Amino acid sequence: METIWFCIVALMIALYVLLDGFDLGAGAIHLLVAKTDEERRQVLASIGPVWDGNEVWLLAAGGTLYFAFPALYASGFSGFYLPLMIVLWLLILRGTSIEFRNHIKSAVWDPLWDFIFCGSSLLVAVFYGAALGNVVRGVPLDASGYFFEPLWTNFRLGEETGILDWYTILVGLLALAALVMHGGLWVQMKTSGPVSERAARVAGRIWWAVVALTLLVTAVTFKVQPQVEENFTTWPWGMVFPLLAVAGAAGVKFELAKEDQRKAFLASCAYLAGMLTSVVFSLYPMVLPARNPVYSMTVTSAKAGVYGLKVGLVWWAIGMLLAAGYFTFVYRSFAGKVVVDRDSHEY
Amino acid sequence: MEEALEVHRLHFAFTVTFHYIFPQLTMGLALLLVYLKTKALRTGDEHYNRAARFWARIFGINFALGVVTGIPMEFQFGTNWAEFSKAAGGVIGQTLAMEGIFSFFLESSFLGLFLFGEKKLGRIGHWWAAFLVFLGSWLSGYLIVATDAWMQHPTGYSIGPHGEIALSSFWGLVLNRWALWQYAHNMLGAVQTGCFVMAAVGAFYLLTKRDEAYGRTFVKAGVIVGLIAACLQLFPTGDMQGKQIAQNQPPTLAAMEGLFETQEGAPVAILGQPDVQKRRLDNPFEVPKALSFLTYRQWTAEVKGLDSFPQELWPDRITLLYYSYHVMVGLGTIFIAVMAAAAFLLWRGKLYESRWMLWVLMLCVPLPYIANTAGWMTAELGRQPWLIYGLMRTAHGVSPRVGAGNAWFTLIGFMGMYAVLSILFLFLVWREIEIGPEPRSRREEEGVPVLAD
Repeated sequence: METIWFCIVALMIALYVLLDGFDLGAGAIHLLVAKTDEERRQVLASIGPVWDGNEVWLLAAGGTLYFAFPALYASGFSGFYLPLMIVLWLLILRGTSIEFRNHIKSAVWDPLWDFIFCGSSLLVAVFYGAALGNVVRGVPLDASGYFFEPLWTNFRLGEETGILDWYTILVGLLALAALVMHGGLWVQMKTSGPVSERAARVAGRIWWAVVALTLLVTAVTFKVQPQVEENFTTWPWGMVFPLLAVAGAAGVKFELAKEDQRKAFLASCAYLAGMLTSVVFSLYPMVLPARNPVYSMTVTSAKAGVYGLKVGLVWWAIGMLLAAGYFTFVYRSFAGKVVVDRDSHEY
Repeated sequence: MEEALEVHRLHFAFTVTFHYIFPQLTMGLALLLVYLKTKALRTGDEHYNRAARFWARIFGINFALGVVTGIPMEFQFGTNWAEFSKAAGGVIGQTLAMEGIFSFFLESSFLGLFLFGEKKLGRIGHWWAAFLVFLGSWLSGYLIVATDAWMQHPTGYSIGPHGEIALSSFWGLVLNRWALWQYAHNMLGAVQTGCFVMAAVGAFYLLTKRDEAYGRTFVKAGVIVGLIAACLQLFPTGDMQGKQIAQNQPPTLAAMEGLFETQEGAPVAILGQPDVQKRRLDNPFEVPKALSFLTYRQWTAEVKGLDSFPQELWPDRITLLYYSYHVMVGLGTIFIAVMAAAAFLLWRGKLYESRWMLWVLMLCVPLPYIANTAGWMTAELGRQPWLIYGLMRTAHGVSPRVGAGNAWFTLIGFMGMYAVLSILFLFLVWREIEIGPEPRSRREEEGVPVLAD
């Protein structure tokens, strides 16, 4: 039962990253690919109707994690107190900038929000990567099942780790590069004209950084977290996950060259999904590795009561079917390229 | 750890109070938007569609702020209240996760369509979008109230061998009796906020002699729905909440009423300042025997005062609890009076010309916000010293490793951030009211100046 919920939570987090990933990425390249007001409104319109729906996945994934693995939620969230709060502030700024930018047109109003939108999206991407890096590296859990990490200590992988050390910063940069690519591919698919061309160029260029950082981080990770090697040796079929990521990355380059915008974006989805599932697979059965492996939190030690998990499975399945219905409906209604004319008042 | 506990409490109180400014309006407005869309559909009059579009813009601003200030609420269960989450997450995580999966997906999907898809959806499709936004937001309200109700009056759980609290009955959690009454009471409060805001904007248009057709629509809808909600707020929902508290949280009832001594034929204190040290109410202005009657329907029934309970069971902020409760009840009574007077004038056909009544309606706009906040303060302060009533003390629920220094840091951060949001919010909402419900292009044709958009 707990393994099912482990997979469900992983699936929801992966979906969140795929969905909110493209609008974060679009934000991160906002100032780079869109120069005029009209172009910037194009970028915003490409995510406008869907971004808050995407962000709801964060709440849904968080809520699911909360009820399925309460001890993990408690320990992880209080231990990552500072970075989570900073991410919350950035998400508040980001949401506000998307929603409020177009209420007023003025030489001081929209450039300010464009800048906040871009900066906050960029930083959120880095923090998400760093958070993932922390989980992979392991945190200083002790016998009480709690830990607390300051933002940084000495940037080394010692006993007194901070949120940011050289390893987690590296993962943060990989996350930024990957989401810039993902967002770029989304924007080129949803817009037209110079914005679309520039977005495709950005995605094509950052691709090299994504590949280089992926190789580097993967190599380092085998050293940082021994469980990774163990899992891939015990269950060799798990290699499908990294292979998916490789295929996705190759697909992005291939489809970009063929100028197939939709497939290039889907390939990027495959890359992200492959990377995330590889991480999750290589950590199982741990949900929160400790620096001292004795104290690592596992699916069994963190799970909620069996009855609750069983009932949850029922409503979760119903809820997801409904949600899949709305999402299909909404994405269909807003399918195709966005059109921004000078008179449209929203975006 | 003493200081840390206080800061964590303040942290949650501050962020949730600010957050709830927005949902109380969106939940109330969602109902009124369905009303306007229904009118538009039934009469075929474009006037109601324009009115709905105007309110949809204000709804959109509030919804956006509700979302961005709501995400921190869910996070804080884990970040600031880790011991509580670890113990009870298996139970209340259910309702919180269901909120995400059932209502937020629904709400956010259809709000996008409601705001941007009117042309694509057509008349009936757009009505459905409005209805589903309403359904999503009201469902979300229920699941949050059910979460709080479980903390007020835990049901459907069992205690495991290591003291962990596990869910044992799903329906026991979801259909908690406490939740049903609390939800009804809470939603009526939200509807009143929606009604007072709508009526106030209508009154503003009538008083400033602009957009008067819309002004009349807004005032009428606000007053009629508002009167019904104000009455139901007091009876039966408020009355039932009081009874539930009397039954399940007797020390809370005594503290709310400022009743220090157990007595037969206990009075209701309308005014008075509690002096906790001397255990008495200064300058009391009381209705004799009313509390006994309201609680037990007998003028001479005995009501337990604070002296009947050991001091460690007393709520730890008696004075604040007493005032929150009195502010809530006082304002609730004023709302009935204001709405009844306005409804009477409406019935006599004099409301739109009665300037003093329009002034009153316009100036009342902050009051429902205060009443809703005071009501929630009554509920949450009344629950003290328990985090889960009878099961876990508030002091035992905080995150053991997050010290006062870090908690202050983020609290100050939130205060700064929310100060900026408040200014933006007031500015943008005021701007929408200033622009008004008439389509902008038509205003330009008529030579009415509009702010550049």
